[in-house]
Amino acid sequence: MEQFVYLIPLFPLLSFAIIALSGKGLSKSITTFLAPGSVLASFIVAILIFISQLSNHQAVTVPLFSWIHVGEFHADFSFLVDALSIIFTLVITGVGFLIHVYSTGYMHDEKDYNRYFAYLNLFVFFMLLLVLADNFLLMFIGWEGVGLCSYLLIGFWFRNIDYARAAKKAFVMNRIGDFGFLLGTILIFGVFGSINYHEVFAHIGNVVVDGKLITWITVLLFIGAIGKSAQVPLYTWLPDAMAGPTPVSALIHAATMVTAGIYLVARCGVLFSMSSFTMHLIAIIGVVTSLLAASIAIFQNDIKKVLAYSTVSQLGLIFCALGCGAFSAGVFHVVTHAFFKALLFLGAGSVIHGMSGDQDLRNMGGLKKKMPITFITFLIATLAISGIPPFAGFFSKDQMLAEIYTHNKILFVLALLASLMTVFYMFRLLFLAFYGEFRGNNIVKNHVHESPKSMTIPLSVLAVLSVIGGWIGFPHALGHQLHLHHWLDGFLSTALKMPTTEMSLNTELLLMLITIVLILIVVFWARNIFITKKYVSNNDEDAMPLWKEIIYYKFYVDEIYESIIVKPINKISRLLQDYIERSGIDAMVNGIGTSVVNWSQLLRLTQTGSLGFYVGAMVVGMIVLIVLMLVKI
Amino acid sequence: MLVLSILIIPLVFVLLIALMSSSQSKRIALLGTLTTLGVSMYAFSQFLTDANSINLIYKTTWIERLGANFHIQLDGINLILVLLTTLLSTFIVYSAYEREIKSPKTYFSLMLMMQSALLGVFLAKDALLFYIFWELTLIPIYLICLVFGGEGRQRITFKFFVFTMFGSLFMLLAILFLWLHNPAHTFAIADFYKAGAALPASQQVYVFIAFYLAFAIKIPIFPLHTWQPDTYVNAPTQGTMLLSGIMLKMGTYALIVWLIPTVPLGWKLASKYVIIISIISVVYGSLMALIQQNFKRLLAYSSLGHVGLIAAGIFSFNLQGVQGALYQMLSHGINVVALFFICDIIQQRMKTDNMQALGGIRNVSKLFGAFFIVATFASVALPITNSFVGEFLLLHGIFQYNSILAAVGCTTVILSAMYMLRAYQLMMHGETNELTASFGKITMHEKIMLGALAILILFFGVYPNLLLHISEEPLKQLIEQVRHATLAVTYSKF
Repeated sequence: MEQFVYLIPLFPLLSFAIIALSGKGLSKSITTFLAPGSVLASFIVAILIFISQLSNHQAVTVPLFSWIHVGEFHADFSFLVDALSIIFTLVITGVGFLIHVYSTGYMHDEKDYNRYFAYLNLFVFFMLLLVLADNFLLMFIGWEGVGLCSYLLIGFWFRNIDYARAAKKAFVMNRIGDFGFLLGTILIFGVFGSINYHEVFAHIGNVVVDGKLITWITVLLFIGAIGKSAQVPLYTWLPDAMAGPTPVSALIHAATMVTAGIYLVARCGVLFSMSSFTMHLIAIIGVVTSLLAASIAIFQNDIKKVLAYSTVSQLGLIFCALGCGAFSAGVFHVVTHAFFKALLFLGAGSVIHGMSGDQDLRNMGGLKKKMPITFITFLIATLAISGIPPFAGFFSKDQMLAEIYTHNKILFVLALLASLMTVFYMFRLLFLAFYGEFRGNNIVKNHVHESPKSMTIPLSVLAVLSVIGGWIGFPHALGHQLHLHHWLDGFLSTALKMPTTEMSLNTELLLMLITIVLILIVVFWARNIFITKKYVSNNDEDAMPLWKEIIYYKFYVDEIYESIIVKPINKISRLLQDYIERSGIDAMVNGIGTSVVNWSQLLRLTQTGSLGFYVGAMVVGMIVLIVLMLVKI
Repeated sequence: MLVLSILIIPLVFVLLIALMSSSQSKRIALLGTLTTLGVSMYAFSQFLTDANSINLIYKTTWIERLGANFHIQLDGINLILVLLTTLLSTFIVYSAYEREIKSPKTYFSLMLMMQSALLGVFLAKDALLFYIFWELTLIPIYLICLVFGGEGRQRITFKFFVFTMFGSLFMLLAILFLWLHNPAHTFAIADFYKAGAALPASQQVYVFIAFYLAFAIKIPIFPLHTWQPDTYVNAPTQGTMLLSGIMLKMGTYALIVWLIPTVPLGWKLASKYVIIISIISVVYGSLMALIQQNFKRLLAYSSLGHVGLIAAGIFSFNLQGVQGALYQMLSHGINVVALFFICDIIQQRMKTDNMQALGGIRNVSKLFGAFFIVATFASVALPITNSFVGEFLLLHGIFQYNSILAAVGCTTVILSAMYMLRAYQLMMHGETNELTASFGKITMHEKIMLGALAILILFFGVYPNLLLHISEEPLKQLIEQVRHATLAVTYSKF
């Protein structure tokens, strides 16, 4: 079955080609059928391959054709099917399909319906290439390709110049990461003589490699991950990326593309775990990002911005776990997060749809009654992300926290704090949007309605997944009697080749209990503030205490970047232009030109045409020559 | 004879143009470039079946007393440049197809002559012949710029002319010097390699510098580039395309074939400095591009950055670097022709390329926006576009020489995205203004041109092995030859 893996990226690519090349000729109904259909076809193939993987557990390489071949250097179009890539493939095609279906409803009135689906299909193709590649350079095609699609989709409504700017920002910031990825790939070839995963990872055991080089490689690759997965310091593009259509935010900026960095680290887990420096770096950057983003999320009033910062924060948490060596748990959380975060975004999209495009939480309220399906599914997602059992997020988050705990207690406390903040801002969002009284104007109020079936069905499916999705990784403490525990760990172990830490049952149970109690406390606290006291939020003009103002304005990070990076670069360019380009080199060149002219003019004076002058000059010249000869002798 | 016909066909068509009415000249010119393209493709297939085929060599005594031969030959290295020239010439002629030209007979004749001279530069295997063709290229491009250029063309074209003549002078000196130190007293390239390598290191450095000046001005490399932005902006679109698409590759090609293997020790001693200068060129060009207001000028500076990387890759002179350079010459040619054509479309309609004055064009013509996106991301070297292959190999090559320099050069990945996307956004995104509302749809002619270029961009991005495979062996030999020459001397030192 595995040899048919090329079909998985092929279907969306074909669909993209058909939609893109037929232009306006293609009717909406064909696109509606074709675009989601192609992803569904990929999903089916992925399931078949997954079933085959379940039984044989063998990594299979499927070569397609040779791409770049120079001397010893090979980079081929060749796919790798193993537990890790197939898990990601299932998430991409599965959640991707649901979001395509949702989009047919959400984008129904859009003029550029076909263009939207062409981009979306292209994105799925590149994302699949990214996870299915069997070498770093092919992965880089997917890596940059999803960046391109992200650029195109964030700027989908490019008439709005702010959206276009957000798109550009996302691409450039991603490129900073890609700079690291590219150099990392080159260095990998320098050290291992190959860029194929299996050759590189096989070498690690055999060849004695300079630890410093491994650290360089992993740090460079991690820079790539930072860009793509929106970690400190390259996270500021993600909140701005919410300018794109909401299903795009769900698919690209929550469920799939932004998890590419995690995929990269997990894929190279063997490599990363050889450098304790990089592992510490990852854990620290992860936890810092998580706390920073969670604190910003608490004060955001735009429903999508809250979710965007939440994504950044959750990704940070995963990186923290990866840094502690919990690769399998990290991948687990990527899977569950894809379910509930996609659900949250799609739910938000449904809310925005119902609110006639308004995204401000301060204008919402009481949507529970008017949008029952959206509400229930959103509630499930909120419970899932908060980590309340038996919802999906509980299992993955619990596993991550437990492994962080065994690794480092301080990190554990910080990570726990970040996840409690998550609970707070998510319930704030839920309460502000769905409970209480409607706070917007009457026109909007009368218009509020439940979304069409094409949107609510994907919501319901994702809601089911957000409930049961976590059961693939039952914790040891709860599942060992049922023989259910850590199915995912076992499945992934062939691909990750990393041991998972085991802790005593009692500690695990105790941690679980403490976490749950704390979560419930936070939920009631949020309830107290936002339902009982009916606190809404500041208006933008209201005076705030300094600490709050700083967080409200997102720590002014964008402004700081603007003044310490963007402006200086432009300033340097201008200085170079004024002092080197114009008055430096060019003036010198022109100076040489003019001086030649001047000297010629001086010499021209000697061409008088008078014979007497020439004879005189000749005599003088001869005398000078004679004198010189005499002196020399 | 086959190889000779590649040189002669364009000239035959020049005669045809002279004979026919001026309204026909564009068709004849296009037919001429297409024929040359066809013949070069045929030569390509010949080369694939038998690389040593007699058809691919033409050699006859030229000036016997000087030991100069009319020797042209197609090999695995210049094959790519011949393809580049014949392919791009076709596009360049076609790009002028629907434009108002004041005297089409002259204009198209000059382009064909230019093509012939350029092909001569790439095919020549005799130093004197090479030099003659090198100088010959200057005449048509000089006239194209002077007669058909924009405002202030006399001053700017004169500057360009003086600049390149200045460089050529040093090249001539170097060639004569090598001829004198060549016991056989011939201009044959093989003898030059021997003569050059036999020189003491200090003399090799002088020869290196003399050649370098000529080539670096042509490429151009910082700080010898100041003729370039003005000339690019001022020249008619086809002139700019010829200059940036093909002519500058004369310089980079000459670095690989005429400079480094001739004076290997000179290269060895100077490589550090010239690579640093090339990398400065990369960053400098990109930084300049970042603040330009006019799109054409932006493209000129971006080109400075891109070719700087090519030069750096060549000077690292390892397989990845030189292969990347060769491939990037082709890709860069395709991409700049596409971008200058896009610029031409905008200028034709909007009468300006001031980016601030534009905006929202994509609302008016989605298709134009799509083509422009492809060209933009090709220039940014997104994977699966042609220039990614080149750029990656170049960086890889430079990295093997020095990792820090590669990292500095790699900033082009970020900077090129910054200036290209800025340009795209300023012109294409946002609300349509009064000026851009009149942009209209793009014509069939423009669609064909841009569509074909887009296909090439993707084709060469996905299937680079077709050409990489051909140049690999000859380059390996050349690199081995240079390595050997530098090794031998290191031993004799001790």
